[in-house]
Amino acid sequence: MAQNTTDMNNQNTGNPVLSVRNVSMNFGGLRALSEVDLEVRPGEVVALIGPNGAGKTTFFNCITGIYTPTDGEVTAYPKTGKRKRANGVRINGMRTNLVCELGMARTFQNIRLFPSMTALENVMIGRHCRTKSGILGAVLRPAATRREEQEVVDNSYELLTKVGLEKLANEYSRNLPYGAQRRLEIARALATEPFLLLLDEPAAGMNPQETEELKQMVIRIREEFKVSVLLIEHDMKMVMSLSDRIYVMEYGRIISTGTPKEVSEDPQVIRAYLGEDDDA
Amino acid sequence: MEYFLQLFLGGLSRGSVYALIALGYTMVYGIIELINFAHGEIYMIGAFMGLIVAGVLTSLGWPALSILAIALIVAVLYSAAYGYTVEKIAYKPLRSAPRLAPLISAIGMSILLQNYIMLTQTPDFLPFPRLIPELAFMDRFSNYLGTSDMFIIVTSLVVMIALTLFIKFTRMGKAMRATAQNRKMAMLVGVNVDQVISVTFIIGSSLAAVGGVLIGAHVGQINFAIGFLAGIKAFTAAVLGGIGSIPGAMLGGLVLGWTESFATGYISSDYEDVFAFLLLVVILIFRPAGLLGKQRAQKV
Amino acid sequence: MKDTLMRYVVKLVRQALVASIWLSFLTLPIMVIRVDTIEQTVTWRWMHLAYMAVGSFVLALAWYAMMDRRDRGQAKKDLETVERVSALSQFLSDPRFAKPLMAFGFLVAAAFPWFFSLYQTNILVSAMIYVVLGLGLNITVGLAGLLDLGYVAFYAVGAYTYALLNHHFHLGFWAVLPLGAVLGAFFGILLGFPVLRLRGDYLAIVTLGFGQIIRLVLENWGDFSYGPSGISNIDRPGLFGINYSVEQATTYIYYIMLALVILTIFVTARLKDSRIGRAWLALREDEIACQAMGIDNTRAKLMAFALGATLAGLMGVVFAAKTTFINPASFTFMESAMILAIVVLGGMGSVLGVILGAFMLMLLPEYLRAFSEYRMLIFGATMVLIMVFRPEGLVRAKRKVYKINVEAAG
Repeated sequence: MAQNTTDMNNQNTGNPVLSVRNVSMNFGGLRALSEVDLEVRPGEVVALIGPNGAGKTTFFNCITGIYTPTDGEVTAYPKTGKRKRANGVRINGMRTNLVCELGMARTFQNIRLFPSMTALENVMIGRHCRTKSGILGAVLRPAATRREEQEVVDNSYELLTKVGLEKLANEYSRNLPYGAQRRLEIARALATEPFLLLLDEPAAGMNPQETEELKQMVIRIREEFKVSVLLIEHDMKMVMSLSDRIYVMEYGRIISTGTPKEVSEDPQVIRAYLGEDDDA
Repeated sequence: MEYFLQLFLGGLSRGSVYALIALGYTMVYGIIELINFAHGEIYMIGAFMGLIVAGVLTSLGWPALSILAIALIVAVLYSAAYGYTVEKIAYKPLRSAPRLAPLISAIGMSILLQNYIMLTQTPDFLPFPRLIPELAFMDRFSNYLGTSDMFIIVTSLVVMIALTLFIKFTRMGKAMRATAQNRKMAMLVGVNVDQVISVTFIIGSSLAAVGGVLIGAHVGQINFAIGFLAGIKAFTAAVLGGIGSIPGAMLGGLVLGWTESFATGYISSDYEDVFAFLLLVVILIFRPAGLLGKQRAQKV
Repeated sequence: MKDTLMRYVVKLVRQALVASIWLSFLTLPIMVIRVDTIEQTVTWRWMHLAYMAVGSFVLALAWYAMMDRRDRGQAKKDLETVERVSALSQFLSDPRFAKPLMAFGFLVAAAFPWFFSLYQTNILVSAMIYVVLGLGLNITVGLAGLLDLGYVAFYAVGAYTYALLNHHFHLGFWAVLPLGAVLGAFFGILLGFPVLRLRGDYLAIVTLGFGQIIRLVLENWGDFSYGPSGISNIDRPGLFGINYSVEQATTYIYYIMLALVILTIFVTARLKDSRIGRAWLALREDEIACQAMGIDNTRAKLMAFALGATLAGLMGVVFAAKTTFINPASFTFMESAMILAIVVLGGMGSVLGVILGAFMLMLLPEYLRAFSEYRMLIFGATMVLIMVFRPEGLVRAKRKVYKINVEAAG
């Protein structure tokens, strides 16, 4: 089941795209994350699983600049761009928008679209950090700005077709069905040209058929956009069949890591899940 | 030293009134996260109710202290009714609206109430009857503290102790604290949130009315616009102490009272109101959680 | 059918009756009794109680009927996926009607001073100043969602810039006009830097405080600003040293304002549909998602704040030149509230709406003199009613429908 999706050829060569070393996060006296190590390599789909409240979303917030980790190192290795460095870019506490500009784009557990903007505009927002025109350009509309605008529109529309939302391009995003909103968030994230896509429970609230479609979509996107994917997910069927590697988190610690098969046989994981979460 | 003491006690009485009004802001904000912009107007209406009652009863020849008592009671009842009604009209229909909507509605309500008083009463300043008699035993302290100052301090103290006991020990007080912490959760465990909100407005408005009557009697004149400045200063006090925190509002009121008192006493009286605004701006920029408030992590 | 209608009406009347009794009781002492503490007299005005009872009954009837409609509308809207667009805005956005209408409007505006009196022209100039102020605040509040309650501070900056430079150095209108804009922007950024990271309602209060500080400083720093008595004899605008009569000068200002209004409309309309405008909208809708999608929130906020302030500074200069006299009383919180009312009434984010809002709020009280006392009362009530019943304002801001180049999109 898992084999047909793990045919990446360059999996173990070169640098990882994201490397997390020894990251801890304290809120007052509460230790939400404790010495977390995690790595995502080029082209990989990595899943982060664990019972509710294990600290998964906190981890996402730590690596996207929303929180600054109390301790540890988060390093990204962007493929291109002005911030490209051979030994990576340290992103602890970097501003969220810069992390995104670097090439790490995320979705949110409780969907955060821009409700009174259309689906197309939502994706166009993702293009913001890859375009330049300023106030003068907006007012005078020289040829360069017009060209850029048209490119943004066309590009965004193309992304909408990739996630199957082209027919809903001019609908307000608040009026989209739930599953479509989740896919729109992915399209918006892709519009920022990421090398790493961070998906926070993308299948939450979806029925089995939608989940299957989502899985196929993630596989397609990885191939086509050459991105790595780090996802938090509760749907075990999806995680097991989609991921190359899995990290299991409990009480803010990584308790197990490995291929889906290895993880699912780890007695510690079984213990963590039994009685805590019946998704497993 | 005498001058210092004088400023200190003056600041204390001034601060007590700020605290009384600030409590209304802080309680409402704690529960529905709204800056109740019309709160200053409720305080102003309290002062006007006091003035009207006092005017009528004085013309009937009643003794001053009983007038003061009745004026306070009537002002509290009416202001509470106003606060309740304002919430029902301007805020309740906007419970699920975007954040700015109730704030704009509140500003509209504040303008409406100011003009309502201006048109039905008077645009000018009205002298407020001297309701607080000079007590003989206060003569000794008259250098530092007038009788009316003492009245304000004592009344505020009593009211605030009563409020603290109410919040701590009654059923409704517990429901209020629960709603402030988590509205949805409170609703799920059977708290009647609408009722809690109404009670919050009623209590906040009553406290403001007490402040309004006391300050009217103390300063000796009122007009329709006094609520605006008092409201903003009281809001400053609430933020200073940590908005949402009841002891914070009390502390914030006192700190603001002293700041104003000392700043006008030692620096310059021209800029009396600027100090409050500067304090507000500085606090919000550098310590938005206030003195006693807790910084809440944003939820993503 | 008839029965349900009957029952509905009875229900409405009963609700309204209760509300009317409650409100009459509530307003009784203040409406009826008037104490004059100087003359020691008490006046009883019982007629007011009757007015209040009848008035509040009618209003309550309308309130409950509208409330029912609103609740039903909300239930319906949840089912609909397609936005309902009002007939008015559909009509106005159709280029076949919009273009001739705009041309016609322009002609009327251009010919206005030749057909109407000086007085009328003056009123229209004021209204146009508020159009620009409204559009400026619309950038900050309507597009970027930053509630600025101290907007007049920037207006005051512009006005005092011209008044003082004219008073001390005899600088002319045209020399100061750009300076007013620049200083407006400067103050916008100055205030913006520290405060823009605050949450929405805190931002509102800090800007309010800032507006008050500016006004209080103008009032008290007599050596600098001439205190509450203000500055008079400010020059009207001239051109190459020609001095106009009052009448000519008014006409001249009228055309300057007309040009500025058109320029502002042009600029704000284009900004709204640009990369920057979209970033502002995203900021308004969800700050966290906005920043997570790579938009520099601070920069976007500063830009919105500074642009709004620029327009206010610009208008301050025009205002000082028009009235030839300014004092701090022109820059109170009520002024900020009025501009906010224009934006809210017109429709936050909608350029056309703000223009309509400004004309309505400025012109109606002028021409309905009998109501001018009640102006602020009605403003206040309108702000509440708009928020409750029509939060999108007169004209709902519409999102541009982008043309997709299908071939390029593959």
